[in-house]
Amino acid sequence: MANKLFGKAMKRVEDPRFITGTGHYTDDMTLPGMVEAAMVRSPYAHARIKKIDASKALTHPGVLAVITGQEMKDAGINSIPTGWLHPGIKTPPHYAITFDKARHVGDIVAAVIAENRQIAEDAAQLVEVDYEPLPAVALGSDALKPGAPAVHDDVPDNVCFTWSIGDKAAVDAAFASAHKTVKLTLRNNRLVPNAMEPRASLAQYLKASDEYTLWTTSQNPHIHRLLIAAFIMGIPEHKLRVIAPDVGGGFGSKIYQYPEEIIVLYAAKKLGRPVKWTARRSESFVTDSHGRDHETVAEMAVDQNGKITAVRVDTIANMGAYLTTFAPAVPTYLYGCLLAGTYTTPHIYCHVTAPFTHTTPVDAYRGAGRPEATYLLERLVDVMAHELGMDPVEFRRKNLIPPDAFPYQTPVALQYDSGNYEANLDKALQMVGYQELRRQQAELRKQGRYLGIGVITFIEACGLAPSALVGSLGAQAGQWESALVRVMPTGKVEVFTGTHSHGQGHETAFAQVVADELQIPVEDVVIVHGDTGRMPYGWGSYGSRSAPTGLSAIVLATRKIVDKAKKIAAHLLEASPDDIVHEDGKFMVKGVPDKAKSFFDIALMAHLAHNYPADLEPGLEATHFYDPKNFVFPFGTHIAVVEVDPDTGKVKLLRYLSVDDCGPVINPLIADGQVHGGIAQGLGQALLEEAVYDKEGQILSGNFLEYTLPRADDMVQIEHDHTVTPCPHNPLGIKGIGEAGTIASTAAVANAVMDALRPFGIVHLDMPYTPEKVWRAIHGSKPVAQAAD
Amino acid sequence: MYTAEFAYKKATSVAEAIQLLQQHPEAKLLAGGHSLIPAMKLRLAAPPALIDISKVAELRGVRREGDTLVVGAMTTYRELETSDLLKAHCPLIPQAVYHIGDPMVRAKGTIGGSLAHADPAADLPASMLALGAKMKIQGPSGARVVEADQFFTGMFSTALQEGEILTEIHLPIRPGARMAYAKFPHPASRSAVVGVAVVVDGTEVRAAVTGAGEHAMRLTKLEQALAGKPLTTENISAACQGLLAPDHLNHDLVASREYRAHLVDVMAKRALMQAAGL
Repeated sequence: MANKLFGKAMKRVEDPRFITGTGHYTDDMTLPGMVEAAMVRSPYAHARIKKIDASKALTHPGVLAVITGQEMKDAGINSIPTGWLHPGIKTPPHYAITFDKARHVGDIVAAVIAENRQIAEDAAQLVEVDYEPLPAVALGSDALKPGAPAVHDDVPDNVCFTWSIGDKAAVDAAFASAHKTVKLTLRNNRLVPNAMEPRASLAQYLKASDEYTLWTTSQNPHIHRLLIAAFIMGIPEHKLRVIAPDVGGGFGSKIYQYPEEIIVLYAAKKLGRPVKWTARRSESFVTDSHGRDHETVAEMAVDQNGKITAVRVDTIANMGAYLTTFAPAVPTYLYGCLLAGTYTTPHIYCHVTAPFTHTTPVDAYRGAGRPEATYLLERLVDVMAHELGMDPVEFRRKNLIPPDAFPYQTPVALQYDSGNYEANLDKALQMVGYQELRRQQAELRKQGRYLGIGVITFIEACGLAPSALVGSLGAQAGQWESALVRVMPTGKVEVFTGTHSHGQGHETAFAQVVADELQIPVEDVVIVHGDTGRMPYGWGSYGSRSAPTGLSAIVLATRKIVDKAKKIAAHLLEASPDDIVHEDGKFMVKGVPDKAKSFFDIALMAHLAHNYPADLEPGLEATHFYDPKNFVFPFGTHIAVVEVDPDTGKVKLLRYLSVDDCGPVINPLIADGQVHGGIAQGLGQALLEEAVYDKEGQILSGNFLEYTLPRADDMVQIEHDHTVTPCPHNPLGIKGIGEAGTIASTAAVANAVMDALRPFGIVHLDMPYTPEKVWRAIHGSKPVAQAAD
Repeated sequence: MYTAEFAYKKATSVAEAIQLLQQHPEAKLLAGGHSLIPAMKLRLAAPPALIDISKVAELRGVRREGDTLVVGAMTTYRELETSDLLKAHCPLIPQAVYHIGDPMVRAKGTIGGSLAHADPAADLPASMLALGAKMKIQGPSGARVVEADQFFTGMFSTALQEGEILTEIHLPIRPGARMAYAKFPHPASRSAVVGVAVVVDGTEVRAAVTGAGEHAMRLTKLEQALAGKPLTTENISAACQGLLAPDHLNHDLVASREYRAHLVDVMAKRALMQAAGL
């Protein structure tokens, strides 16, 4: 079959509407009789709610209701559950509106519903809440100290769970007999996701049919429907439709079941009017689940041949005030299982303690666990190479898993299905001119200029996920994916996918593949997603799963269509189905090109069924539920080159190069765009971004004046290429690319900065490498204060 | 958040604006709105009325009057950046303006709005001091002129009195003077953590810093150290040491007092090296 569009850099069909401002987002919607909500949020990280007096707000003209947590609890609305459980995990309740205590700045204390947003926001300021401020704790390690204030009364030690993986005894023995060991104490900085579109929800309740509709900014509308129906509100699942229309970015933050969605659904029924809520950016900063926030002690051991013998990791992973939907999976299976990286390390042990703190919940953020694993592993590798007096690239090369070792069983559960790491590394080194760069670096150092080169190799496990496997690990969800391919009488095709596109370009890339499979014009295909009322059950988009898992389901469904079409063609052409071939857009009798039917002919006859096989159902549509056999394992090499200004401490990115291996690339324009955006986000973590809390749990970087996102002038033109190692276990051999840039670039930039600072004897600094931090390290003066006093 | 409710009045002349200010005593003047509107949306400011002076024709544009360039207070950053008169006689202003915000901000923001707002991290106050600008102020009792050195009085506070409007900025033309602005931008807001403007006029060195303290200020220690001296690398380096004591400087997540003081030295040196063509 000719693959006409696979691999073609088609412009995205989504772009005209996004570029011209005609996308259709939740906040763009207005329904007849619609009213709006504003939330009253706690200004304290920890406070007892003694009394709520809504009388002034209720007399404000245009106010319809002030809803409290007690009211919703009395109405039978349950707590919001988490979607992943570990043995012994503590899951204290998370009510949409808290009624006893506020547990982080931004915790909802009451909701005001009014005729419009202006009135709602004015009235929210009139709700009088009598708080008794209580001591708070923001840092994970502080929460674990004896006597630390408890976030939840029934978890007095703040320990949500502990988790470990690997053979501790074998690791300890390897360290005991090591030739050399290194140890890093490091912090993986907390990040705010900052999707371009703030979260929004609009709920409608129709009394006549007792049906709800929720439009919301979601990466996975079916998960919301399931959680709301089965756990939180008791709405029968078939009476709730969840629609995620155009969504402007998620990065994980729009996976989770948030309180506001419950509040607007409750209010819509209570008032009999549609209710909308849209986050202000300042609300996004304190309520969208944050990412990362680890405190880690990481160690590596090598033998006398420079082979890594063991890695030992102990991490405190801050969960924030409540467990959101995937939080327990992120610093565990998506983290500890990735600590082999691309290396043959035989013994790995990882222990994680996850405390509650009085901060915004922490959950998956682009890469989710894998950037944290890659960062610490690649930092250890660079520090160890330096200890051994080896070039960091040569140390890596010595330890890479060789191409003939696949499938490769790691000591931390994962079995890598395929890989060719050294060839990928060599391609990147050649592209960047590594030896010449090192020569330049030495030259410039003589002139007092500090160039840094960071080379990292990485692996990720994505394409979530084999359902039975994740179920055995604690997932309260399946991770297969669905597709429904519906051919209309005119030969046009609707493809319904359970994945969701919120920037990834599925409407283009998936259509390319469908057009190839069915051999029809791409214009005849539409990809439909984001509506529980239109598509079969699906688990949404995260964990770089849409192409490897979602598109695999689509491909297998289209192949069912082709099989059925062959039967119809055989009947029409009076031949055996086995003699029908599908070529050049036609179904023809093998060797007799004149005897052919077009896709349109088949589609029409499937619907008319006038001249039709007696034993075949009419119609032409197919569903496929695809459960992957394994994760997929994209990998690559990323190289950052930076220069540090010793006078100011400012780090400037000079070059960035990536060679990714995501298998065959469907649409290079989209894949490269994913890599570019991911690299920018990872660079942001390394150089710019940090959610800073003070001791009282107040966020100090809660707006764009203080929280630094990367801008165009922080970036360089990215030099990018691919190697292609297909995945052996899915129909197209494809792997994920959505998170790779973020997983790799933080570590690459970090290693580059540390490489630049090596002449100053600096071994390690925590991210972000802000100018003052770097300047102080260079000048060896005082330690940097955590926050402004 | 949405702003609190306010009345909106649009002035078409300075006289009308002054009159409107008298009728609405708690009102705020609206220029480009890039500082005021965000403050109102965060409800840090809730003026009962806004008097929009951004379209008052007599407040816009750059013209030459003898040895002075007269800049209307409502002249936008974009107009400053592209003004041939400024480029020819006062290149410091276009250079400093280039570092402000982004093209959208520069299309709306005005010189008068920025100077009257007196944000301690604003770029232009340093240039005003280094150039020796004069501020023309009009109010119900007539017009007066205030030296830049007397104009900035504190954090977000100036010599402007209740009911007065900053209408013009007078920049002396200094033939042959060399000038430069060196800025260390805040990584997020891109305002000046420290910005140093220098004007080398014959043997006189005028220098001022913004971002470092409560308001922009002259770097008198630097000016005195270099007075009458040739601008060599050695002299500049020697002069740019400990220009400001850290004690009273601003401090935030990006820069402690100590680091800010250090940046003042570094930016002063960079501005001088650039002005001296080194």
